[in-house]
Parts: sequence; C-alpha cells; structure tokens
Amino acid sequence: MQLIILSLGFILLTIAVYFAMTVLYMKVHLPFLVPIITTTIVIIVILVLFNIPYETYMVGGQWIDKLLGPAVVSLAIPLYKQRELLKRQIYPIITGVLVGCLTGMITGVVLAKSAGFSKELVLSILPKSITTPIAMQIATQVGGIPALSAVFVIIAGISGVLLSHYFLAFFKLDSTLGRGIGLGVATHAIGTSKAIEYGEQEASLSSVAMTLSAIFGSLLGPVIAWLFYR
Amino acid sequence: MNILIKLIQVAFLYGFYVIGSWLHDILHIPLPGSIIGLLLVWGALSTKLINLKWIESGAHSLLSVLPIFFIPATVAIMNYGHFFSGKGSLLIPITIVSTFLTMGVASFVSQSVAKRMDKRKAGSECN
Repeated sequence: MQLIILSLGFILLTIAVYFAMTVLYMKVHLPFLVPIITTTIVIIVILVLFNIPYETYMVGGQWIDKLLGPAVVSLAIPLYKQRELLKRQIYPIITGVLVGCLTGMITGVVLAKSAGFSKELVLSILPKSITTPIAMQIATQVGGIPALSAVFVIIAGISGVLLSHYFLAFFKLDSTLGRGIGLGVATHAIGTSKAIEYGEQEASLSSVAMTLSAIFGSLLGPVIAWLFYR
Repeated sequence: MNILIKLIQVAFLYGFYVIGSWLHDILHIPLPGSIIGLLLVWGALSTKLINLKWIESGAHSLLSVLPIFFIPATVAIMNYGHFFSGKGSLLIPITIVSTFLTMGVASFVSQSVAKRMDKRKAGSECN
C-alpha cells in the first residue's frame, strides 16, 4: 500500500512539475527553459532537499519510463506522413547523418584521449550522440562503461537542446533540413523532442536522423574504437 | 469515449514496442526494441497493413508530451555527480564541444548536399 502511494506520489510530482514548466515555457519563450531541462532540475532539487535517493524516486518514475518505448514507436507517424519530403531529401539526409555520426564519435574520442582520460572513460564517451539503449550496447561492445555512456548521452542531449537554437541560427544552419538533421544526429531522441516544437517536417527529419545514426553508430563504433586502441 | 480510443491506440503502439523488444532479444538485432517497433509501424503503414487512423490520435497524444518520458532517465544524472568532480569535470565541456561539432557538421553537410542537388536540378531544367 505504502509502495502504491509512493509510486503515485512520484508520478504526480513529475507530471505536475512538467506541466508547470511547460506553462512557464509557453509564457516566457526562452530556448533554455525547455521543459525537459527545467523539470529535471526542479525534480533533482526536490529529491536532494528531501534527501530522497534516485532509486526511491524510480519506484514511481519507472512507470513514466515504461511509456518511453511506445512514445519512440509513435515517431513512425511523422516519419510516414512526411515520406515525400524524406524521399526527396534522401541524399542530403544520408550524407549528413553519416558524416555527423562519424564526427560525433571521433571528436569525442580525440578530445577525451588528448585530455589524458583512461581508455575506459574515452570509450564510454564514444557513443554519446546516439540514443541511450544503443549507446549502452555500443559501450559494452567496445569496452566502455554503459551507465556512464548513458550520462554522456544525456549531457549531449541536454546541452544540445539548451543551445541548439542559438548555435544553428548563428551559423545559418537553421533551415528545416539543417535543424532536423543536426538535432537528430547530435542529440538523438531528446533533441527530437525539441525538433517537434519546430514542426512535423523537422520532427520527421530528426527521427530519421536519430534512427539512421543509431544504425551507423552500432556498425562503425567498434571500428572507431579499434582505430584508436589497436 | 475519445480518451478510451486514445488509450486503446496507445496500447496498440505499446504492442509494437513489445514485439520490437522481443525481436531484439531473439534475433540479437543491434537496435533497441523501440526503434525496431518504430520501423515495424512505419513498414506496416507504408504497406497499408495498418491504417493511419488506427494509431494517429494515440501517437499524437504521446508525442505532444514526449519530453516527460525522458525525465526519469535525465534525473539519473544526480547519481553520477562524483564522476564529474576534479579532473572529471573536463568531461562535460568535452561532451558539449563534441556535440556541437557533430550538430554543425551534420547540418552543414546535409544543407550543402541539398543545395548542390537543387542547383543541378535547376541547371538541367534550363538545358
């Protein structure tokens, strides 16, 4: 009984904070106030203030987490509805995703390695641009720490969502194609939730980019790891 | 009534996720169940096996609040604070710099290829 109340409590807390932050975001439309970031911060602050461990939060949180699967499946709908756009832009999409995916893995490894981090840490950072479950699989495969890869994936996603708007506008990369592909490749599903804000075309491009990047990443990740640590 | 229809549609989408996870486990496909489920739904829509109307409003409901489903995963970051103290704190700017290089290169390459294709198309139309 206590467990049910605890679960419900954390579920309601998450929903309440999320909706409050969504209202705030709609009123004050500043890109760094996206609900995914503000909600995360508010919940962490609450947990830390009341000395509640993450594992206790997850008694309720796991139920929200369970809906992530079907939510990702739902991305098939914008993908299907925008099939003409995707067919028309197939070459820009494939080349952009392939080059971007390689850039993500190589620059992460090069920067971390030249900063003198251990092989384990360097290889954990390698799959950070790829959606969490696959990033963790790639980490296992190449000899990184899967849980740590998940954290890098989240840092990549959050920083991308936080600053992508300014970054893409500054470098004039803010066409529909540029936004969709850039967000999908660099910031996976977290970025795709941002791409939805721009519209259905951006959402479908970002979903395609995320999916293709996951496929390229699981094929090329081990090759990159081998190149740097033969 | 409307809510009931949406719930049934979400359950239907959940079914695709379960099938995707099951295929992942059995066939050892190096993609997570959710992405396999996405590809299955996309394939089923494209081949007219299922009708867009059967899932559209449920999917729309899920996508309209997509960020909330990431919250349990992003809150986990609170458990890894110690990794990023001292020298480890360098890992954060490294991740961010690499993320923006990735974003910039991916956007730039896709935009340039698209521009070049447009030009070629325009050129061939003139001839």
